[in-house]
Amino acid sequence: MYEHDVIVVGGGGAGLRAAIAAQEEGADVAIVTKLHPVRSHTGAAEGGINAALREGDDWELHAYDTMKGSDYLGDAPAIETLAQDAPEEVFQIEHWGMPFSREEDGRVSQRPFGGLSFPRTTYAGAETGHHLLHTMYEQVVKRGIQVYDEWYVMNLAVTDEETPEDRSCHGIVAYDVQSGEISGFKANDGVILATGGPGQAFDHTTNAVACTGDGYAMAYRAGVPMEDMEFVQFHPTTLPSTGVLISEGVRGEGGILYNADGERFMFEHGYANNDGELASRDVVSRAELTEVNEGRGFEDEYVMLDMRHLGEERIVDRLENILHLAEDFEGVDGLKEPMPVKPGQHYEMGGIETDENGLTCIDGLYAAGETACVSVHGANRLGGNALPELIVFGARAGKHAAGGDMAEAKIETGERGDIEYDETELPYQPGEVGMDAGPSGVAADGGAVTADAGAVVEQAVETERERVATLMERDEGVQHSQIRADLQQTMTQNVNVFREEEGLKQALQDIREIREAYQDVYVDDPSRTFNTDLQQTIETRNLIDVAETITLGALVRTEFRGAHWRAEHQERKDDEWLKHTLVAWNDGEPTIFYRPTILEGENKTYEPKERSY
Amino acid sequence: MSTQVPETETEAETEAEPAGESHQERRMADKAARREYRESEKKAEAELRAAEESVHLKVFRYDPEVEDKQEPRFDDFYVPYTKGMTVLDALMYARDHYDSSLTFRHSCRQAVCGSDAMFVNGRQRLCCKTQLSEMAEPVRIEPLPHQDVVKDLVVDMEHFYDQMHAVEPYFQSEDVPTEEQRQSRENREKIKMSTRCIWCGACMSSCNIAAGDNEYLGPAAINKAYRFYMDEREDEEELKEHRLRILEQEHGVWRCQTQFSCTEVCPKDIPLTEHIQELKREAVKNNLKFW
Repeated sequence: MYEHDVIVVGGGGAGLRAAIAAQEEGADVAIVTKLHPVRSHTGAAEGGINAALREGDDWELHAYDTMKGSDYLGDAPAIETLAQDAPEEVFQIEHWGMPFSREEDGRVSQRPFGGLSFPRTTYAGAETGHHLLHTMYEQVVKRGIQVYDEWYVMNLAVTDEETPEDRSCHGIVAYDVQSGEISGFKANDGVILATGGPGQAFDHTTNAVACTGDGYAMAYRAGVPMEDMEFVQFHPTTLPSTGVLISEGVRGEGGILYNADGERFMFEHGYANNDGELASRDVVSRAELTEVNEGRGFEDEYVMLDMRHLGEERIVDRLENILHLAEDFEGVDGLKEPMPVKPGQHYEMGGIETDENGLTCIDGLYAAGETACVSVHGANRLGGNALPELIVFGARAGKHAAGGDMAEAKIETGERGDIEYDETELPYQPGEVGMDAGPSGVAADGGAVTADAGAVVEQAVETERERVATLMERDEGVQHSQIRADLQQTMTQNVNVFREEEGLKQALQDIREIREAYQDVYVDDPSRTFNTDLQQTIETRNLIDVAETITLGALVRTEFRGAHWRAEHQERKDDEWLKHTLVAWNDGEPTIFYRPTILEGENKTYEPKERSY
Repeated sequence: MSTQVPETETEAETEAEPAGESHQERRMADKAARREYRESEKKAEAELRAAEESVHLKVFRYDPEVEDKQEPRFDDFYVPYTKGMTVLDALMYARDHYDSSLTFRHSCRQAVCGSDAMFVNGRQRLCCKTQLSEMAEPVRIEPLPHQDVVKDLVVDMEHFYDQMHAVEPYFQSEDVPTEEQRQSRENREKIKMSTRCIWCGACMSSCNIAAGDNEYLGPAAINKAYRFYMDEREDEEELKEHRLRILEQEHGVWRCQTQFSCTEVCPKDIPLTEHIQELKREAVKNNLKFW
């Protein structure tokens, strides 16, 4: 068994920042990641990092824009923390060497982004995430922080008290992809999940193949509620054939969208009379799909994004990477032609419920980054707010886990306090199938109530070894690739930009059947060496759990807010729905409850207003 | 010739499953014997018939643990072709429809994670940004040359990472900042290409010198050092000299014989050879200073 003070799961932006912060507090830190850190999907982020750095801007404006962008579903303490901490975090990574784009006077450049009242998006070309990831990895190397790369974390070692709020997390179980060794990792002070998004639950996504929602699923099954999972961001400009992202920076610099009739539809069809192409992402995605659905799309599938008028010099200076992406993945020369674009799954606003210090309702278990829901983004994330979230809340989680001195959190977590339960009748029973049979019958809280942390980890290791043995021994049945394809298909068809009650119910039924099929999943590759068949089979189980929480949230929330559009409920219902959706695993029989959104900020209370752009 | 398989097979056993050997063998034999005709294969055959074109892949296979893969071989896969399909798309199709044990690294699918550099039709390429339409058939896919093969198309990257770490690839400053440092646009432009490296290892694999001298830092690591040496934000003389000392060592910049193979294969178009030559000049200038 390995042992460290703090164990960070995931080597992307949030994980690296958390590890550095914990190390600075004097903790012995290790990063355990299924990829090498520089392979993490933070590297694909293009646009930038919002931070109020300049005269004429301040954190309160950043907070206000973020709250409005969230459609008043973000929590004020989280949003204000983000806006307040972002500038110093940006200065910090600049000092670590981040190669930001620069102004004439040598200061860091900032550009306009959708939904911002000030051009506060700092950037490094159109490859900001790549530079952020590499800059922080460099600091991890400098500090000699131990990295277990290509170790796949299979589960958490959590005690199994009756209520999740009484449980504590003592470590993780992981297997070394290269050798197949399954081992326990004991964490003396805390485990931080920084495992990124669940994009692989959909078939047209900007997310990497590795974005399989492992962190959500592990925390969920251990008893941590999933918060606001129905809020999935569909990015309006992805390349149709692959889902590769074309940064919002293109529109920030002045790129325009038009339909097959040559109309600049954002204005001409009244979707956003003021901000046009720079309206919030959910607004633009719906506008594009409406254009296509009403017959004004190209090939019934996409619209065009044009940046030619910006001129070669400006494009090469600020958006060069976009030229490469359009050329390599769509065969289009962005200097000479418009680029075809359509909405694609991009970002999960919801996630593992945490407070401003990254802590979940389980003692010793933290989450940060996309996989967490603090909640900063509420019903819709603004472009340029994901990267500051990684570094701000990554740093906070790392510091808190390592015992750093921090103010007490204002946000409450877990199934306690001011909550109410959902009473929607569900058409199909969600949750575990065949409660104690087969590999999917393994509850994540497989630990035992015991004072000995090592024993909790050992127990979890044993459970995972059994799970793997079962998967490997089965010689026939269904393969994960088939199950995953079925899941992606129903999610893309039914839980997409436009959502209808019947479709959501259909998705729940499909997920039920997919769960049943998973009971017969088997791993064909008999090898222990680099068995990606086994890894993907376990990931697929995680995707099923995550997809179900997204669908449940989408079905019970009978309103239209931010990214969540419902055919039958075409308005935002503030009287009823200024509250977070929380789905708890409840040992295999999910329950749904709600907690009010916190709109009281440090200096003011945010009054919900109509969100128009 | 292009691929090195580790010569010795040692410690296949791990402490994780002490009594697993006989069990493991039995299971493997069972699976080999009972490999059944799968749903996904049926689907693939239908798709193949319906497709106007198909692509023939010849894929390198090796697994030190599986009996019929211990001797390296090539497997043939026929994949239905769709416009815009990349080598990575074809590999994923083959794995998901024909053989789930086909193993390769991949993640972002957009040329930024650097996981899927392989040897395709005799050259190091990033599979996700290599269009099948540009490849002659059969498309021959092998692991990166000059690195130990772990399994199928997966190579051991540890040595590459060690070289990257050897150049102290980080800003040394310990300042706690209250504001940003200034950097001129020209200086940012100067280092821009060097910061694009995605650690894919294509350059190192293509380099004849690295193949013959295992301690040679290699193009990627030297480029990483260039990125720091040229950055005006780290301007202390002592640090610059410290960086040059690392680069000037026996297995550093002077080993490069300007064959340009690294520059040719770099999927991010980084002028690696130029960067190495510039650092040689800096080293010469620095040494003359002390005369």
